[in-house]
Amino acid sequence: MTLLVTVFAAIISTVLWYKNAPDDKMKFSALCWMYWGASLMWLVDAIFEFAELKAEYFSPAPADMLNDLFLGLSAVALGLVIWLVILLVRDPKGVVKAALTKKKN
Amino acid sequence: MACFIVPAVEAVVTTIAAKAIEKKELKSEAAAQIGEESTVAAPKISFARKTKWLRNLLWGGSALLAFEHVWHGEVVPWFPFLTAAADPADAAEMLHEMATVGVCMALLVTAVWGVMVGVSAILEKRARQAQTNEQ
Repeated sequence: MTLLVTVFAAIISTVLWYKNAPDDKMKFSALCWMYWGASLMWLVDAIFEFAELKAEYFSPAPADMLNDLFLGLSAVALGLVIWLVILLVRDPKGVVKAALTKKKN
Repeated sequence: MACFIVPAVEAVVTTIAAKAIEKKELKSEAAAQIGEESTVAAPKISFARKTKWLRNLLWGGSALLAFEHVWHGEVVPWFPFLTAAADPADAAEMLHEMATVGVCMALLVTAVWGVMVGVSAILEKRARQAQTNEQ
């Protein structure tokens, strides 16, 4: 379930990146790298787990599935927070800089 | 248990390598600019940029996997940071997992990056050929 949630996040962020390419002012590429990297790593984890559990791998207990879903969503949320930090620190549109240097009338 | 450590170590190595390659490329670029008067820029993605793709994949994946390990209580904010490291039997299992799952993770990410580099090389070659045909 964690893998599935991350793969969906990776696909959505890739679509967003493609839609805005070659312009990457919103830094969607950072999200793509993060989610695809995690998806590949969790894929390896899933393959090893499948090798151990065989068909049982596809019928997890509801409690385990719920925990994995919760973990997947939390991982996606963490990815979004990291992306937001990157976006605000790099500030490609200069919005943060303009807000900080704005003089009051 | 601690499989994410292997790709994280590769991420550190890749970060250092990307910096070194970037420096080298900038130097050779500057030297080439001095030697040549005017050249038509052929579409080319620097190897430093390509190395950064691998770096980003590895850091991103390792960060989210590290979070998963915190979630499962396998990584803790106090010494020895990995709960499995406190017990010799668990430590052996952890090292085995790092050697199998961790190494496979690093290899798969590197292989996917290799495919990306290969595809981009083909696209660059095609773009250069199209540019030559136009001239």
